[in-house]
Amino acid sequence: MSKMHVKLTVNGKQVEGLAEPRTLLIHFLREDLKITGPHIGCETSHCGACTVDIDGKSVKSCTTFVAQVNGADIATVEGLTNDDGSLGVLQEMFREHHGLQCGFCTPGMITRAHRLLQENPNPTEEDIRFGMSGNLCRCTGYQNIVKAIAASADMLNAQKEAAE
Amino acid sequence: MNDQTLTPEERVANLKGMGSSRKRVEDVRFTQGKGNYVDDIKMDGMLFGAFVRSPYAHARVVSVNKEAALAIPGVVAVLTAEDLAPLGLHWMPTLAGDKQMVLADGKVLFQGQEVAYVVAENRYIAADAAELVEVDYEELPVLTNPFEALKSDVVLREDLAGQTEGAHGPRKHHNHIFTWEQGDKDATEAVLSQADVVAEEMVYYHRTHPCPLETCGCVASMDKVTGKLTLYGTFQAPHAIRTVVSLISGLAEHNIRVISPDIGGGFGNKVGAYAGYVCSVVASIVTGQPVKWVENRMENLMSTAFARDYWMQGKIAATKDGKITGLWCHTTADHGGFDACADPTKFPAGFMNICTGSYDIPTAYLAVDGVYTNKAPGGVAYRCSFRVTEAAYFIERMIEVLAIKLNMDAAELRRINFIRKDQFPYQSALGWEYDSGDYHTAWDKALKAVDYEGLRAEQAQRVEDFKAGKTRKLLGIGLTHFTEIVGAGPVKNCDILGLGMFDSCEIRIHPTGSAIARLGTISQGQGHATTFAQIIASEIGLPADDITLEEGDTDTAPYGLGTYGSRSTPVAGAATAMAARKIRAKAQMIAAYLLEVHDNDVEWDVDRFAVKGAPERFKTMKEIAFAAYNQAIPGLEPGLEAVSYYDPPNMTYPFGAYICVMEIDVDTGEWDVRQFYALDDCGTRINPMIIEGQVHGGVTEALAIAMGQEIAYDEMGNVKTATLMDFFLPTAWETPNYTTDHTVTPSPHHPIGAKGVGESPNVGGVPAFSNAVHDAFRPFGLVQSHMPHDHWRIWKIANGLGMHG
Repeated sequence: MSKMHVKLTVNGKQVEGLAEPRTLLIHFLREDLKITGPHIGCETSHCGACTVDIDGKSVKSCTTFVAQVNGADIATVEGLTNDDGSLGVLQEMFREHHGLQCGFCTPGMITRAHRLLQENPNPTEEDIRFGMSGNLCRCTGYQNIVKAIAASADMLNAQKEAAE
Repeated sequence: MNDQTLTPEERVANLKGMGSSRKRVEDVRFTQGKGNYVDDIKMDGMLFGAFVRSPYAHARVVSVNKEAALAIPGVVAVLTAEDLAPLGLHWMPTLAGDKQMVLADGKVLFQGQEVAYVVAENRYIAADAAELVEVDYEELPVLTNPFEALKSDVVLREDLAGQTEGAHGPRKHHNHIFTWEQGDKDATEAVLSQADVVAEEMVYYHRTHPCPLETCGCVASMDKVTGKLTLYGTFQAPHAIRTVVSLISGLAEHNIRVISPDIGGGFGNKVGAYAGYVCSVVASIVTGQPVKWVENRMENLMSTAFARDYWMQGKIAATKDGKITGLWCHTTADHGGFDACADPTKFPAGFMNICTGSYDIPTAYLAVDGVYTNKAPGGVAYRCSFRVTEAAYFIERMIEVLAIKLNMDAAELRRINFIRKDQFPYQSALGWEYDSGDYHTAWDKALKAVDYEGLRAEQAQRVEDFKAGKTRKLLGIGLTHFTEIVGAGPVKNCDILGLGMFDSCEIRIHPTGSAIARLGTISQGQGHATTFAQIIASEIGLPADDITLEEGDTDTAPYGLGTYGSRSTPVAGAATAMAARKIRAKAQMIAAYLLEVHDNDVEWDVDRFAVKGAPERFKTMKEIAFAAYNQAIPGLEPGLEAVSYYDPPNMTYPFGAYICVMEIDVDTGEWDVRQFYALDDCGTRINPMIIEGQVHGGVTEALAIAMGQEIAYDEMGNVKTATLMDFFLPTAWETPNYTTDHTVTPSPHHPIGAKGVGESPNVGGVPAFSNAVHDAFRPFGLVQSHMPHDHWRIWKIANGLGMHG
């Protein structure tokens, strides 16, 4: 099958490669770019383990062709770590509040939560539960994920206030 | 050195040992996307495997034509049963003493069964080629109902023709697998015939699936130069997999290295041995290249490891004032096309004989008949210790049914029948010795916490309001008191494929006072690297942060039977404590030598040995560790390490009291969990944060099972729930918040008194949710209705009771 040239920005870095028109974004990220944070859990857009951020939106990369997002700016969980290598606020709060167990859904959860808090910096518990309902977790029962996201919102808002 | 200035309490806190809500060490890499799951493994020249699966539930395989598939560039091989037969690998043994086709040998017995295995250069080519393998089928009559299967002339397992003796005794019919009986049949029937009251009901626990977010998979890599096979995979029992691979492949066990990397949830799905593993190993041996196989979600739900599917006919006898006198149960167990149930050998129906539950029932009888049907094989313990979930659901439904018959409050009926604290150790009528418990205390605490009396008053008012036309919503109060049986198990009666169910831990202390520990178990999210280090920290006084924990590599870890059935803490946790104590015993001798006193003249104090009566004279564990490597101590070998293989003397018996308060809309069948209170007694608590997380997750899995999740088949044997569109996994939106609570009744026979907790919330949660649905409709005449209680089925209950006008 003929391949097409793909150029993306992933976690702030310019990357390019060749891909078949049918290549799914998740496979391009995982197989070609070796970015294995996003996972495959269902192949049908239900579980959200493959969630990445594309041009400011949460997108399920298991049902997106890489060809559809040529030229896009993509962020994965790997890009949410602080520049000094320490855990970002969401990563730290997921750890602090035991918002993960097996870790398989976690990259998608954190990437989605990152976007949710951009969309709504002051979410209620209901907002968080609704906003995260495209991401499934089999281990935690969500209670501590909700806590971790609420705590992240507080911390990010406090940081913003301190900076202003 | 500040060791002299810190208080004992500060020294204890520094260890982050048992009882501390230590943050998980695993999370640093998981939160950054730096876990290493099987599909993350990449190797030079790695090929991909993909299955051709049967669209039919029962059919002859007339022919398989590989030509078109092999013609695609990049396709390396297409394997069928014919290719595997010369190696004797077209069939494999199951964990239950049956055998199972690796690739269809002349026929298929369930939809999704593996027919051919394509090996190609990448996963896209493999998928293309699998589509092009042409298989001719001749359809056969399909049996999806176990009761009909036992009467039908249709023979499912023709390979067993004429075989009247199964792995567990005589077979009564060509579709019958085994009968398993426990207890005293005659005595129980006598009690039933003379009882004041007998309640009888069929309790069905439907077929479902563990569905971890990561599916099953492996990478097989045969090194033709060294002759060594490395098999990475989603294995909950890596050592057992190594032994099984050795036995069925003929490769010497020392030439097989099995590695379980990070596992994205297991819940029982990843205990068994699957066709994908065998085919990948064969493909790697044949090609000399690494071969990866990862199932997709549809394959996962259709072919690997269903759970439950038990039809439990029950009779419970009582005096007129509610004292239970006898319990009778006959279970028809639908095992699908092959008996691949994951149970200890001597327990073909697992620990179903814990079905007397938390109650002092003097006489009981249980019989289980296993049956072949045209469904997927499995029967795994989905977050459950070998059919305990089925047993707990059965008895907790039978108690409710009896309460209706007696017109009694179900909480009071439980209370008057609980095994009393002074009766432990308690010998159950079906053969178990319950190690410890204090059910009344837990029950009273739970009822008080939810204001049970107040809830009942509110419910009575709601019924009045409903009858008066003021509301269309009902209130259900779901009660459960469950007793678990976990920590399999004593080698004298627990083995899998002849492998005793002990477990192990090896600890090595480094000269500078840090350590590495390796166990025979494997974490799938339970946080072993965090909690087992806490046990060691408390036992030997080195900080948990200075202890590395490793599992899952059979070349380095001591032999163990793996992680499932809540056995890690009861068995490997005990081995960990015992290995640590061996180290402490040697450390005592080293300390005494260094302090120039007799061994018996030093005593342990948090993180050091001190001279009795002179606490200012001491050697810390760190100092002792260094001495172990640089001092020539008379009569002692250098070094400081130990290994323990722990054979538990008994199972452990965690218990709990769960109460669910649910609102139900009579007109739409929608439900809303208003409150869920979970009290767990898992004995000694190692990490409260992790325990609570386990309870949240387990109850959520129970919510899914009770309220909508099922593997459903149509009459042709088509799986109707093979994607996450149809197979219910609750989102954050449907899932309630939970209130957790606890009592602590340590296990008397476990070195640290711990009992295990991972599965309790699933075992207790399912009856709590189901009982809430039933309880809401009890005032309107409902006695029993089968799970899952999805909106449609709840609507049907209301409709059947004439509540829609």
